[in-house]
Amino acid sequence: MRGIPGSMQVLRPRTADEAVEAFAEHPLALPVAGGTDVMVLWNMGLLNDRPVLDLSAVAGWRGVRKAPGGLRVGALTTHAELRDHPEIRRSFPLLAQACAEVGSVQIQNRGTIGGNIANASPAGDTFPALAVYEAKVHARSRHGVRVIPFLDVFAGVKKTVLNQAELISAVELPFLPAKPHRTVFRKVGTRSAQAISKIVAAGLLWLGKGRAVSELRFALGSMAPTVRRLRAVEARVAGRKLGPALVATAVEDAARDVFPIDDIRSTAEYRLAVSRNILRSFLQA
Amino acid sequence: MKREASRAISFVVNGAERTYKGPAFKRLIDVLREDFGLTGTKEGCGEGECGACTVLLDGKPAASCLVPVSQVHGRKVETVESLARGESLNPLQRSFLEEAAAQCGICTPGILLTAWSWVKAGGSADPEAVRKHLSGNLCRCTGYQSIVDAVVKTVKKRRAA
Ligand SMILES: Cc1cc2nc3c(=O)[nH]c(=O)nc-3n(C[C@H](O)[C@H](O)[C@H](O)COP(=O)(O)OP(=O)(O)OC[C@H]3O[C@@H](n4cnc5c(N)ncnc54)[C@H](O)[C@@H]3O)c2cc1C
Ligand code: FES
Ligand code: FES
Repeated sequence: MRGIPGSMQVLRPRTADEAVEAFAEHPLALPVAGGTDVMVLWNMGLLNDRPVLDLSAVAGWRGVRKAPGGLRVGALTTHAELRDHPEIRRSFPLLAQACAEVGSVQIQNRGTIGGNIANASPAGDTFPALAVYEAKVHARSRHGVRVIPFLDVFAGVKKTVLNQAELISAVELPFLPAKPHRTVFRKVGTRSAQAISKIVAAGLLWLGKGRAVSELRFALGSMAPTVRRLRAVEARVAGRKLGPALVATAVEDAARDVFPIDDIRSTAEYRLAVSRNILRSFLQA
Repeated sequence: MKREASRAISFVVNGAERTYKGPAFKRLIDVLREDFGLTGTKEGCGEGECGACTVLLDGKPAASCLVPVSQVHGRKVETVESLARGESLNPLQRSFLEEAAAQCGICTPGILLTAWSWVKAGGSADPEAVRKHLSGNLCRCTGYQSIVDAVVKTVKKRRAA
């Protein structure tokens, strides 16, 4: 079965207000941004007869802007735009690196950050970076904007806490209080392009007096139904010096915040072992 | 706000203004092939994986199997038919011939466009960088080396010129 174009009603709002009004009036409409997730399902004939809310013409939801204390990334901003954006590369380099690893050039040119988040795949490649940068998601409805801490957006595999009539309008990135001493981004997949991550990791580390850890933020994707911060590890190392014994214990702690599974792409054992290796080399560096 | 199953959608294809009338959620690849008779664009997977259907949308590679035509209103599309001028091939096409970078040819239109976007943007002649840029375009015949060689050769010639 293929998608049947004639079965689809397309709504094409031009402004944010029009978009949320249209969504309120047509709660069953399927939002489409870059279409790189939606069109795959549609091509399989899985979405026929649905009204479509084509967001691609909404002015104001595209691009990166300065905001108080950080940057505001419009939901329609593409992975390619984020990958190349000078201010993103300077202040949020792990996000730029993540976007450079999404799919292929073709997917990066079309896929959006809002679509990546709303799709809520356990393997969303931007998620660990957004988790360590403590991004906030703007969910907009006709009643206004609800600001949701990034980790709270996800309710499970392919599930978000967005209400029926809410659309993601932007992602807020607060500037870091100080430049981290170490950063890491790693995507582990079968090959470099078009590979859904087996593991995706992002980390930030600040060292203080006597090189004791003042703060660690470390997040893993593809290791649980939703992206996870390694809270046990972060707490373990806080305020302490990263000696071999502490690193070994911290690496053990990694299992406490994730629930990896065996699936077609990898095994739980492999995922945990590789995550621990990434964490270990980051902490040891 | 406009709400309809079909309406006139206008965009520039290979330099000429075209208007499509029909279902707004038709895929760009199908509009190009069925409505405009531009059958150079090929369908491989229909899932965004293989790159065979790549066209340039506002100059940038996009998988036309994943683009609803409603989204190209007012924009610029280039297909493989835009590369040659009559019988005269563009430099990248000439390098593909010289390096034997096409065998069965099904991947070739998509690869030419992805590679052309690289050449036009002043991309480097580093084979690794070329491979990375082309990583969303699959080829089951050539083993890629001849394709990379052809792109590198085109970049170098352009620089020398
Ligand atoms: C070949 C291929 C390779 C891929 N590789 C990767 C990869 O390596 N890493 C990765 O993370 N992803 C990958 N993806 C998935 C996809 O490209 C990304 O998730 C992309 O960011 C989705 O954005 P989009 O704008 O195309 O979303 P769309 O397909 O337009 O939408 C995705 C979902 O989000 C909803 N939605 C979109 N925008 C909004 C909004 N503003 N508010 C509320 N809901 C919204 C839609 O209704 C839909 O459910 C790949 C996809 C393909 C086809
Ligand atoms: S046919 Fe479009 S990517 Fe394969
Ligand atoms: S030449 Fe046959 S797939 Fe590339």
